[in-house]
Amino acid sequence: MNIAVCVKEVPSGTSHKRLDPATNRLDRSGDSELNPFDLHALEEAVRIREGGADVGEIVAVCMGPPSAQRALQKALALGADRAVLVSDESLAGSDIGGTAHVLAAVVAKQDAELVILGQQAADADCYVMAAAVADHLERPVVTQVAELTVEGAGIRAKRQAEHGYDVIEAPLPAVVSVSDAINTPRLPSIKAIMGAKKKPLETLSAADAGVDSGRVGESGAQSFVRSVVPPAAKSAGVTIEDSGGDSAGQVVEILAGKGLI
Amino acid sequence: MAGILVYVHHDEGELSPQGLGVLAKAASLGGDVTAFLAGSGVDDAWAGSLGGHGAAKVLVADDPALAGGLPQPVVDAIEASAREADAVLFGAGVVSADVAAGLAARIGAGIACETTEIALADGGILATRPALGDTVMVESGFRGTGIVLARANAFPVNESPSGTAPVERVAVDVKPWSQAATPAGREQAEAAGVDITEADILVAVGRGMGGPENVPIVEELAKAIGGEVAATRAVVDAGWVPYSMQVGQTGKTVSPKLYIACGVSGAIQHKVGMANAGTIVAINKDPNAPIHEFADVSVIGDALTIIPKLTDALRNR
Repeated sequence: MNIAVCVKEVPSGTSHKRLDPATNRLDRSGDSELNPFDLHALEEAVRIREGGADVGEIVAVCMGPPSAQRALQKALALGADRAVLVSDESLAGSDIGGTAHVLAAVVAKQDAELVILGQQAADADCYVMAAAVADHLERPVVTQVAELTVEGAGIRAKRQAEHGYDVIEAPLPAVVSVSDAINTPRLPSIKAIMGAKKKPLETLSAADAGVDSGRVGESGAQSFVRSVVPPAAKSAGVTIEDSGGDSAGQVVEILAGKGLI
Repeated sequence: MAGILVYVHHDEGELSPQGLGVLAKAASLGGDVTAFLAGSGVDDAWAGSLGGHGAAKVLVADDPALAGGLPQPVVDAIEASAREADAVLFGAGVVSADVAAGLAARIGAGIACETTEIALADGGILATRPALGDTVMVESGFRGTGIVLARANAFPVNESPSGTAPVERVAVDVKPWSQAATPAGREQAEAAGVDITEADILVAVGRGMGGPENVPIVEELAKAIGGEVAATRAVVDAGWVPYSMQVGQTGKTVSPKLYIACGVSGAIQHKVGMANAGTIVAINKDPNAPIHEFADVSVIGDALTIIPKLTDALRNR
């Protein structure tokens, strides 16, 4: 069994996130990183391999600008055997549907029975990519999985819904998205970081990837941003920088002042 | 407009308040709204009751393949009706989101997530969402059919429904691969000792507390302040505390007078369950954690150090 892990490059948590007023697209000029939710997807792929399943290869798949190679280097350091980046000017401005089309097109070429995604992208906060990719691939999908086991020719997944937990089984090939509670991603060792540089990282154009040009980019996007406005004003909160627990008294004073204690 | 279709999810016959809320919102926009129900052995009178929540008509997909509560057969069932609609709206929920996503891929439609406002303009639907840590409001439009997925608790349910709507049954043809995933059991949430939705003060434990061995530190604070302990999904999934204590999209929605979030990042899934608390105190060492954007009192520091001192300070008052 081969595993494909779909990953995304997102602005780093410390970057100031903003929309470019000229394009209404996310400003990606600041620091970027591998989407933190995708660390759990990579970790789960490695755990499946370490757990004794017969895993041939783990391939990390990404659509993004050329800078996304750095995110893929990290994916390689975390255990992917090779990486594929689809990077093309024509893909900029793609909407969720366009992105799902591209990921599905690339994954379809990877001979991967199991496709794993993180539950959401940290920049867009949407959690729909796995089900969209699965529909394109015509494969079963289980999203927001908190426990995953590969059993023979299928998977068994436990996920939380509004009423508690569901256990769902599906034959391979299948697509899953994993919750950020499924595992604790390890930090890559120096050796793994160095080793990642020797692993294959292939960059494909949209045409190489077999993408339908009518479905991607700004011209192919079926949704578009009409306006961006500030949210309703909310009174700013109080911020206290704590040092060694010295904020406790101040917090108690504030709560007492509000009549809460 | 050819019309708005609203998918109303149900869990073994229990209608989702998220879907009902979106249905009520759609009805408030004017024009005829069609509701869509999928299941096996769907009762006409039950389906018709969606008229009380704003539906002018209810389409019912009734097939044994729709019994399991899984999303992919529903995509097959709703596809034809969706292709005729100008917009298809979905309430928040794990299965609803999967149906919306699969449908968007199937019919090549645009999809808007985390929607908190829906409007009509220029003959089409507009969806507005808070984005980038809820620092901006982004309004999206669609070129063709728009698929809109609501944020949890964004739209209230009509609490005094009356009337019924005509019910029409649609043909269902569920693809074999859509039925490949099958339900293999369910773990019901165990009966809670305490109903956290009734508490005036909640002290929430998040993954920033490090591990289950540190939950008692939060319990001590809850005791000292006269509150109950709540939790994020991450720590419930990790088994630190039971599901009945979970606040958020797939947990409880709470509005206590005081909510003290300990090591909680404030991800959207949690925020939608507690943003209406009277006063929110956040203790988190990560200054970039989203919770610091909407807390009334943000303490930037190590929760493991601060909380025992806060407990002592409360006890010594």
